[in-house]
Amino acid sequence: MYKPSCHRMTGLFGVCLFQGLENVRYSRNLMQLCKQAQPRWGTFQHFTFLKRLYVTKMSNGLCQHAKPKQEPLGSPLLERPHLAQEQTVIHHVQQIPAISQDPSTVTFSSEEKKEENISTVVSEITHESGEVKQWKEIRVHLEDLPGIYARLSKIKLTALVVTTAAAGYIMAPVPFDLSVFLLTSVGTGLASCAANSINQYFEVPFDSNMNRTKKRPLVRGQLSPLHAVTFAGACTVPGIALLTFGVNPLTGALGAFNIFLYTCCYTPLKRLSIANTWVGALVGAIPPVMGWTAATGSLGAGALLMGAILYSWQFPHFNALSWNLREDYSRGGYRMMSVTHPALCKKVALRHSLALIGLSALAPALDVTTWTFPLISLPINLYISYLSFQFYRDSDRKSARKLFFCSLWHLPMLLLLMLTCKKACTSKEDTLVTSS
Amino acid sequence: ENCIFPGESWHCLLCISFFSDSCGLYNVPKIKKRLYLSQAPEFIPPENSQYDWIGPPDPVSNLRPIRFHVAANESTLEKHLRLFRQETEEWNQKFWATQNSSFIKEKEEFITSCLKAEGLGLKDENGRKRKLSAEKMAEFYKDFLNKNWQKHADYNKEWYKRNITITFLMGKVTLQMFWKRLGRRTEEMNSKR
Repeated sequence: MYKPSCHRMTGLFGVCLFQGLENVRYSRNLMQLCKQAQPRWGTFQHFTFLKRLYVTKMSNGLCQHAKPKQEPLGSPLLERPHLAQEQTVIHHVQQIPAISQDPSTVTFSSEEKKEENISTVVSEITHESGEVKQWKEIRVHLEDLPGIYARLSKIKLTALVVTTAAAGYIMAPVPFDLSVFLLTSVGTGLASCAANSINQYFEVPFDSNMNRTKKRPLVRGQLSPLHAVTFAGACTVPGIALLTFGVNPLTGALGAFNIFLYTCCYTPLKRLSIANTWVGALVGAIPPVMGWTAATGSLGAGALLMGAILYSWQFPHFNALSWNLREDYSRGGYRMMSVTHPALCKKVALRHSLALIGLSALAPALDVTTWTFPLISLPINLYISYLSFQFYRDSDRKSARKLFFCSLWHLPMLLLLMLTCKKACTSKEDTLVTSS
Repeated sequence: ENCIFPGESWHCLLCISFFSDSCGLYNVPKIKKRLYLSQAPEFIPPENSQYDWIGPPDPVSNLRPIRFHVAANESTLEKHLRLFRQETEEWNQKFWATQNSSFIKEKEEFITSCLKAEGLGLKDENGRKRKLSAEKMAEFYKDFLNKNWQKHADYNKEWYKRNITITFLMGKVTLQMFWKRLGRRTEEMNSKR
């Protein structure tokens, strides 16, 4: 953010540069600059710019040698009208607090016996100006908005949710309809964006205190709370409307229920009881059910199976993730199994990894897939169960990390295998529909 | 009195229903500023800025302080919002600064007492601070969480109320500004005719 303005600054003040500046070492150069400088605002500003550069490159030396400008040179600077590209630099200049504003604490006399004061003050100033640099205007720049919205809506998680909903749609034993498929995907995506935004809206002080979440837009002040809520509303309304009127009311109702479950049940429960993990698993299980109901219009056994697979997957995924964040959760006041009931945490992760094997075997029994599916999914299911068992036995950071990262590729792989093993007669119909 | 707009009775209801006595709008006993407030150096936003400014995270509470912009023609509602946000920020800062400091302090005490029980010193042979195993530390984390359950639950409830109220007030202020601007534009158009 500051580099382009710095480069422009360099260009602007190129004409003011003394010729020897490029070849002289910083400290001596600054001294010369101070002594020879004309009382023009540009030179003082350039000094500040150089000082900032100096400070970032060499942390110690400046305080001993630099001699800041005399007070009268400061005030004309502050009064001048500012060009837009120098705005950020001007702010830094104004934040050197004592130079122009408080003569009682800072004395810039040319007397040598006061050099000590100057050097301590300059070192304080350079330290403070480093801190002060980090103050940012709470102002929304249009060009930043897409990135901010992406982070607010947890776009990667939303993409995963949409993928699971799409998988649920495709697995349903009905002919593939592209328009309904797209409406379902977009509607689910919007609902997920809304839910994630409200979650972040409620969690600002908690997110500030956890390393994993401290770079979120609301924590950094890139958006106001009102803006986040408006964005969530702007996603909820079209999202649910698309699902209700463009797809079917059942899918719309499930979408609305899921938003409610996530924002009003899961989010507050995180700080009250470990039950939040089970509620969260349910939230993750609903999107594939929505995909299925979008295709068939009803809640069949296949829909519940898809939901059950996602439900079971959540436990090894989340329990492994939370294992290494116990300190942050404890300090932030989050009640997670990994902190309050560690034995249960490990047991549940293992239990549900093994359940995935059972659910995969149930798929052909319910006519969702062929019998090839449990066979070809067995290796990856066994692998995640093995890692869960290692996590159960060893309960250390390494095994938790391994299990977590395995869960990240395990789910997409499982869904892909499921798609390839979809019941033969339905898949023939699909190819007929898509080719016509 | 908590309510500062006697004419807007529904707003008064909102104030009264949302705030408990201890957190009444301007009746809070003055929080000792130096103790809890942000340790960041004093920052004065530039005079020509029309926006709020947000600073780096406080080293103890990890919350980012905000310097609220005071508009020249600030309405009563805007002032109410600004003061309420300021008060919420101080309240938040107090909670998290206390929470984090007590966490760190109790953690150190726990480590010291565990090492003492095992007959070990605080530092090992190389002079580095001894660390306990993750399993041992987990006992402390669990204990800390359980001990502070009620405090966290109360904070949570209060935070949700304040957050929703601030958002609601921000919405009102935005609407008010919108009507003002619309009114001004209509006047300008009429005067041009």
